[in-house]
Amino acid sequence: MEKRFIISILVENKYGVLMRVTSMFTRRGFNIDSLSVGITESPDYSRITVTMTGDEYAKQQMVAQLGKLYNVKKVEVLEDAEAVRRELILVKVKNDPDNHQRLLSSLDIFKARILNYSTEVLSIECTGSPNKIDAFVEMVRPLGIIELCRTGLVAMHKGKEGSLTNIEQ
Amino acid sequence: MNLKGAEIVIETLIELGVTDIFGYPGGAVLDIYDAIYARQDKITHHITAHEQGAAHAADGYFRATGKVGVVLATSGPGATNLVTGIATAMMDSVPLVAITGNVAQSLIGRDSFQEIDITGITLPITKHNFFVHKVEKLADRIREAFRIARSGRPGPVLIDIPKDIQVALCEYMPKPVEPLFPIKAPDKQLIADAAKLLNQKSRPYIHIGGGVIGSHARDLVLELAERVDGVIGCSLMGISAIDSDNPRFLGMQGMHGHYASSAACNEADVIIAIGTRFSDRATGNKAKFAANSSIIHIDADQSEIGKNIPADIGICGSITESISGILAGLEKHDNKAWIERVNELRARENKYSPKADSLNPYFVMSEINAVKDADTVIATDVGQHQMWAAQYLKFSKERTFSSSGGLGTMGFGLGAAIGAAVGTKHPTILITGDGSFGMNLNELSTAVRENVPLTIVIMDNGVLGMVRQWQTLFYKKHYSNTTLTGRTDYVKLAEAFGAKGVRTATCEEFSLALREAYASGGVTVIDCLIDKDEFVLPMLPPGGAVEDIIVEKEV
Repeated sequence: MEKRFIISILVENKYGVLMRVTSMFTRRGFNIDSLSVGITESPDYSRITVTMTGDEYAKQQMVAQLGKLYNVKKVEVLEDAEAVRRELILVKVKNDPDNHQRLLSSLDIFKARILNYSTEVLSIECTGSPNKIDAFVEMVRPLGIIELCRTGLVAMHKGKEGSLTNIEQ
Repeated sequence: MNLKGAEIVIETLIELGVTDIFGYPGGAVLDIYDAIYARQDKITHHITAHEQGAAHAADGYFRATGKVGVVLATSGPGATNLVTGIATAMMDSVPLVAITGNVAQSLIGRDSFQEIDITGITLPITKHNFFVHKVEKLADRIREAFRIARSGRPGPVLIDIPKDIQVALCEYMPKPVEPLFPIKAPDKQLIADAAKLLNQKSRPYIHIGGGVIGSHARDLVLELAERVDGVIGCSLMGISAIDSDNPRFLGMQGMHGHYASSAACNEADVIIAIGTRFSDRATGNKAKFAANSSIIHIDADQSEIGKNIPADIGICGSITESISGILAGLEKHDNKAWIERVNELRARENKYSPKADSLNPYFVMSEINAVKDADTVIATDVGQHQMWAAQYLKFSKERTFSSSGGLGTMGFGLGAAIGAAVGTKHPTILITGDGSFGMNLNELSTAVRENVPLTIVIMDNGVLGMVRQWQTLFYKKHYSNTTLTGRTDYVKLAEAFGAKGVRTATCEEFSLALREAYASGGVTVIDCLIDKDEFVLPMLPPGGAVEDIIVEKEV
C-alpha cells in the first residue's frame, strides 16, 4: 500500500552532498514529493528532510540506499506520532475589495499573516502541518491565487536526543 | 617534507602499497606523470591505448590479485573515457581507485579546454568520489579513497585533482595504513533464527555470489554445505569461489546456468544466498523464483536484503561471522533423498551435454581446461563465449575467473586480461568473441608493449552470436545488424600489432595453437573459427522460470 512518509537524513555539511542524496532517489526510481535542507545545531552537519510516497519496499530500500552514502550519517523515517512537522507557504492573491472580509476571516482561522499589502495584491504567509497548509490553499483558491510557493516539510523527532546523538564525529 | 601535490599523490600511493598504475597521460596530469618519472623505482606505470582499457586493466588487476587497481587519466575526454570501466567495477563491487586531473580551480566552471565535471558524471557509478579543493587535504583524501573502496561491500572511488593542487606545495608526512571500516556484526537473533530454520529443512541449496570471494568465506561455505547436507550453486560473480570438482557444487544457475543447478534451486525447500544480489540473470521470473522455498539472505550490504527477492531471514553483516554463527546452532543433517534427487537432475543435465567432437565451444573449453593450471586467470568478454566459459571451464582457486557480470561490458576482456597478467605474471588466457574483441582491440598494442604472457582465443563466428541467438529464438530470425560482414583478418591484425597470430579451423589446429601460445610466454591471438549457429544452452528465456528452460536446440 502506498503511503506518504518523511525521511530525515543527517549529512555532513559538504560540497555536493545534496546532489548525492537527491540523485539516489532518481537512481532507484523513486520520486521526491518535497525536500528541504538546512544546517543543524552543528554547522558541520545539515539535515535534509524528504517526503516521498511509496510502499513498505520503497521505504526500506531508500533508507538502506541512503545509509550507504559516505557523507550520510543518519537516516530515519519519522512517523507522524513521533515528530513535529512544519511547512511554510507564501501565497499572493488579488486584493479584491468584494472579498476582503472573507479573506481576513480565513487568515484569522489559519493564523496567517499579510506580509505585503498593495491595492492590487496581497502577499500572505502561513505555517503549519502539511494538512493545514493544504486546507489553507483550498480556502484562498477561490479568491484568485496569482503565485504560490511552499518550502517543503521540516520535521524533528519529539524525543530528548539531538541531531548528533550517537553520531561518531 | 615539503612536496608538490603531484608528488604527494605518488608518495601516498606508495605509502598505501600501490606498485602498479594503469593510465594515459595528458595536459591536466602532466605533473603527476613527472612525479611518476621520479619514482619509477617504487611504482610502475602501464600505459594503455585508451583510458577505458586502463580502467578495465586496473579492474582485472584487482580481480586477479585482490590488490586495489589504480587508474590515472587526464581531464575531459581522459576522464569520460573511464566511465564504462568505473561502471563495470561498480556493478561487480570492485575496489577501483580512479585518479583524474582537472583544470586549475580558477578555470573551473568556465567550460575551459578539457574541463569536465567528472565527479558529477561518476556520482551514480562510484561508491564515493572526491574533488580535492585544498592541497592540505590531498593525502588524506587518497587514503580515505582506498579505505572506502575496500571496506564493507567494495566499490570504485574517484579522486579529481585540479591542476593548481598538483603544483601547490604542502608538508607531507607518511602515515601507517588505516584498518578498514568495520563491517557490522550480524544480529544474533537472526543468526539463531536461521540455524533453527535450517534445522527444519531437508532440501537446502546454497546460492553464492562474488561476496564469498571477497570475504574469503570458501571454507565456511563448504562447511555449511556439509553440515546441512546441501548443494551449492553460484551467480556468474561467484564462479571460482568453490572448486568446480567439489561434488556438492552444481555450477552457475540462472539464464544460462547449469540445468541441475537451476532445477535444484527451484526444488529446494530453503535457499541460503550469500554475498549475492539475486540479479535477474540469476533468478529469471522473480514471481516464480523459488516459490516453494524459504530464503535466508546474507550480505554485507543492507540494501541488498530484500531488494530483488524478499528474504524470510535477512542477515546484514560480515559473511564469515554470519556463517560461523549459523554453524554454531546447526545440527548435522543427512538428506539422502535430496542428494539422490540432485543426482537425477545431474544425470538429466549430462544427457544434454554437448560433445567435444568438432571445433565447437565445448571442445575449445575442454582444451583450455587441459592446458591451464590452477593459477591461470581466465578473462572473458561478454556474450556467448562468456557463457560457454562460465559453464564449462573448471576452477580450483579463487580470483581465477574475471568477467563483467553486472554491467555486461563488451570490450572488458582484453584490458582485464592485461591487468591480470601484469598482476600475476602468470600465463593468462582471454576468451573473447569477434564482436567483443572488436570493441577494444587497440589494447593489443598494450599487451605487446608489456610483453605479457597472454593467449587470446577469439571465438570467431562472424556474427554477434548472443544477439543472433535471441533473434533466432524470439525475433523470427530477423538478423538485424548482427552479421559482421567485411571480415577482419585477425592473424594479420595480430602481426600488425607485433603479436603472433594463428587461424584454426580444426580441433587439431586449435589444440596445437593453444599449447604453443600458452607455453610461449608472449602474446598470441588464436582466431578460432566456429559455427555461427552454435547456441548457449540451456537457456531460461526472458521472463521464464525453470519449467521453461530450453535444453536442446530444435533441429
